[in-house]
Amino acid sequence: MAAEPIIRLAGITKTYKTGEVEVHALALVDLAVEKGEMLAIMGPSGSGKSTLMNVLGCLDQPSTGSYRFEGREVATLPKSALSELRLTAFGFVFQGFQLIARTSALDNVALPLVYADVPAHERRQRAMEALARVGLAGREDHTSAQLSGGQQQRVAIARALVNRPRLILADEPTGALDTRTSVEVLGLIQSLHKSGITVVMVTHEPDIAAYAGRVIVVRDGRILSDEKQVPHDAAADLIALPGQAA
Amino acid sequence: MSIALLAFGALRRNLMRSLLTSLGVIIGVGALIVTVASGEGSKAVLQAQLATLGTNLLIILPGSSTLGGARGGPGSGKPLTHADLLAISKGASAAHFAAPLDRTVVQVVLDNQNWLTTVFGSTPDFFAIREWTIARGRFFNDSESDSGAKVCVLGQTVAAQLFGSGEPLGQVVRAKAMPCQVVGVLAGKGQSSQGQDQDDLVVMPWVTFKSRMMSQDRIHVGSILVSAFSPDEVSHAQTQVIGVLRQQHRLSDNQPDDFTVRNLADLAATQEKAADAQTGMLRNVAAVSLLVGGIGIMNIMLVSVTERTREIGIRLAIGASENKVLLQFLVEAVVLSAAGGVIGIALGIAGAMTLATTMGWPFVVSPLWISVAFGISMAIGVVFGFYPARKAARMNPIDALRFE
Repeated sequence: MAAEPIIRLAGITKTYKTGEVEVHALALVDLAVEKGEMLAIMGPSGSGKSTLMNVLGCLDQPSTGSYRFEGREVATLPKSALSELRLTAFGFVFQGFQLIARTSALDNVALPLVYADVPAHERRQRAMEALARVGLAGREDHTSAQLSGGQQQRVAIARALVNRPRLILADEPTGALDTRTSVEVLGLIQSLHKSGITVVMVTHEPDIAAYAGRVIVVRDGRILSDEKQVPHDAAADLIALPGQAA
Repeated sequence: MSIALLAFGALRRNLMRSLLTSLGVIIGVGALIVTVASGEGSKAVLQAQLATLGTNLLIILPGSSTLGGARGGPGSGKPLTHADLLAISKGASAAHFAAPLDRTVVQVVLDNQNWLTTVFGSTPDFFAIREWTIARGRFFNDSESDSGAKVCVLGQTVAAQLFGSGEPLGQVVRAKAMPCQVVGVLAGKGQSSQGQDQDDLVVMPWVTFKSRMMSQDRIHVGSILVSAFSPDEVSHAQTQVIGVLRQQHRLSDNQPDDFTVRNLADLAATQEKAADAQTGMLRNVAAVSLLVGGIGIMNIMLVSVTERTREIGIRLAIGASENKVLLQFLVEAVVLSAAGGVIGIALGIAGAMTLATTMGWPFVVSPLWISVAFGISMAIGVVFGFYPARKAARMNPIDALRFE
C-alpha cells in the first residue's frame, strides 16, 4: 500500500436545515488526495463543491463521516484545533481575494504570521520573501485599492504560502480575473504545486480545470467522475496569449 | 503585543470615528475630574475660612423661651451672666480662654468724619480666641479691660474710613459721645464666606462697652466665647461647659438646657457634609455620563464588528483563533476608552484649573482621582467592549466571508 494520502474522506455527509427543508449538500463523499497532487473540483453552482471545499479547509465540519488529514482524524476536532490547522497546514486563496482593506500588501501577507506568534522582524522578512515569490517585490506598501485584480490575487497567494502550508485550497481563484491574468495566476499556483505543495482548486470552468492533473466533478453532493489528465502548462500558454504581463 | 498593533491599525484606519467614539468617555472623565477638583477646591476654601474662625471655638448663647407655643430666638430666655463666665474659666479645665462678647451698631466720629460700624465689647482673651493679630499698636490689656478704660482697637476698614492714610494710633474717636483713645489697628481679615467685611468693626473693653455703649449693668453677658486647647479637645470642653452652666443655672436632671453651646467643629462638619453631598451628586452625574460614554463605545464597536464582518471572516479563515480575534476587538475598545480617559483627564485638569482661577479656589487634583478616572475608563472599555468582541470572535467564517 502506498503512503497515507494527505486527504482521505470517507462517507462524508453534510446536511443543512433551511426551515422545514433538509438540504443534503454532501451525500456520502469518499475521496483520497495524494500528497503532491493538483486537484480541480468542478461542478455547477449548488452541486456541493463549495461545501466540499469548506469541509476540506476545516471551515465547516461534516455532519457524518471521517476526514483524515495527514492520517489524523480532524472531523471531530474542536474549533480551536481547527483554527490551528488552518493557520499552520493550510493556505487559502479565495475568489474575491479577501484582503483586508486599507492595509498594505505587506501587512496582509504577514497577518497569518501575527496569529502564529512569529516575531516582528521575522514576520517582515518572510512576508517580503512571499511577495517576491509572487512577483510583487517593491509593491509591499501598496494597499489593495492601489493594486490590480491580478496583483491582489497574488497578494492573497503570498498570504496563503507565507506560513509554509502543506495544502493550498483555492476557491474559484480566477473567478474575478480576465483570461490573461487568470493564466498568470494559474502559472503561479502551478509553480507552488511544483515546489511540492498539494493544491485543491474549486472552479466551474473546464478551461481552468485543465491546468490540474486530476479533475473530479461533483453534482448533487456526490462525486460524478474522477479522472487523471495531463495538465496544461500555464507558462507555455501565456506565451501564446496576446497582451503584456500585468 | 502584535494583537495590540492590529488593534491600533484598525483604529487608525477609522481615526475620525475613533475620536467621536471616545467623546463620551472624554466628556465623562473630564466632568468627573472637574467635579472632584471643584469639590475639593471649595472644601479647601471652606476649611481655610473655618480655620480663621477657629475650629476649637465654642460659642455659648443664652437659651430661647417658649411662650404660648411660639419659640423665641437666642436671648429670649434666661440671659447669661458674668458669673457664668467666671464659672467656666474656673470649672472647665479643657477651656483655654473664655471671653464675654456683646456688640452693637454705633456711629463712630472723628472730627468731621463719621462711620457706622459694629462695636464689640470683650476682654483681651477675645483676641486670643479669635486668633486675631494686630497690625499696628497693641491690644488693650487686662488692667484697661477690668477698669473700663476708654480705649479701643479699630478694624482696617474703620481706620481707613476715619483716618484715610493718617495715623490713627493715639488719636481719640467718639462713640456714643464717649471719647475713646485708639491703641491699636487689627490686621486685615478680608471678607467672610458670606461676603461680610470682617474688618468693619471696633473692639473696646467689655466693662467700658456695657456702661458707656449700652448703659447697662455688668451682670448680663450677650454671649460667651470659649476656646479649647486644641480642636481635639473641643467636645470635651463642650461637655465641661454644659456641666458648669447647668450647675450654675441650678438645672435639675430632667430640665433641658436653658442655653445653647455652638461648636464650630460641628458647624464645619455640617458644611463639609453639605459640600460633600453636592460633590457626590455631581459625581453621580459624571458617572452617568461615563455610563453613556461606555454604551456609545459598545454601540460603535457593534457597528464596527458588523461592518468588518468580512475582515473578521478573513482573519478566522486564515487561522486566527477565537481568543485572538476577541482580544483584538477588546483591545480596540480599551484603547478607545483609555485614550478617551487620558484626553478627558487632560481636559478635566485644564477645566479645573480655569475654574479654580476664576473662583479663587486652590487648584486641587489628587493623583488618586486621576488614577481612579483612568481605571474607570479602562474598565469601561473592557466591560462594554466584551460583548461586541465576543460577537466578532464567534462568527462563522464561511458566512462572514460571504457577507456583503
